[in-house]
Amino acid sequence: MSNAIHLHYEVSADDFTRAGEASGSVKKRLKSLGYNSDAIRRVAIAMYEAEINMVIHADGGYCDVDIYPDKVEVLLADKGPGIPDVDKAMQEGFSTAPDNVRNLGFGAGMGLPNIKKYTDEMRIETTIGVGTNLYLTVNVK
Amino acid sequence: MNVKQLAEELNLEILTEGDLERDVLECYIGDLLSWVMGRAPEDSAWLTVMGNINSIAVATLADVSCIILVENAALDEEAKNKAEMHDVTILRTEENSYSLALKISELI
Repeated sequence: MSNAIHLHYEVSADDFTRAGEASGSVKKRLKSLGYNSDAIRRVAIAMYEAEINMVIHADGGYCDVDIYPDKVEVLLADKGPGIPDVDKAMQEGFSTAPDNVRNLGFGAGMGLPNIKKYTDEMRIETTIGVGTNLYLTVNVK
Repeated sequence: MNVKQLAEELNLEILTEGDLERDVLECYIGDLLSWVMGRAPEDSAWLTVMGNINSIAVATLADVSCIILVENAALDEEAKNKAEMHDVTILRTEENSYSLALKISELI
């Protein structure tokens, strides 16, 4: 589709202070475009979880957002270590996050399950030692 | 009841001021940010001990009316700055979540 609004964000490595800026900015944009609050919330939460994952597990990366009238598509790409066992990572409660991350209120193994819960489509492409691409779609209707 | 009235009624310390006129319709308690982010209702008072920068992002995403730090939990400096930047109201009390929530339920 050619009528999409395209947004691009860099996600810094090891920087919790900036995590949430991409999702916060997309949230504001969707609000100003008049999207319904449920869809906005789902996009924002899924993106924030994914951003946090990139900060915790990968060396940061980037995030591309395409806003269509009926859906929002997000690609989060990193050059991190890859996910060895995607099925396991999808289980609630499974986490490989270090203790310092748990002290911040994350690392409970809720990230990917939350992302799946709040999106209509979710696809993971991951290669060990190369990185992970996470594709998300949230339908707006 | 709005945030300002709630703060006055319950004698809460105001650490940062967002929109104090905003209504408080519900109350939510939780410290695990991933959990809270998906479940805290909009327009709620969120009771927590997490006063770090990620709490501000969660409050913004979940669109709560205010954060209330219970049991005198600390608010770190960068979290305070971020809250001011994003107009997030943060209040604080020495009470624990349970006793504060009981009082909130009588007011809202």
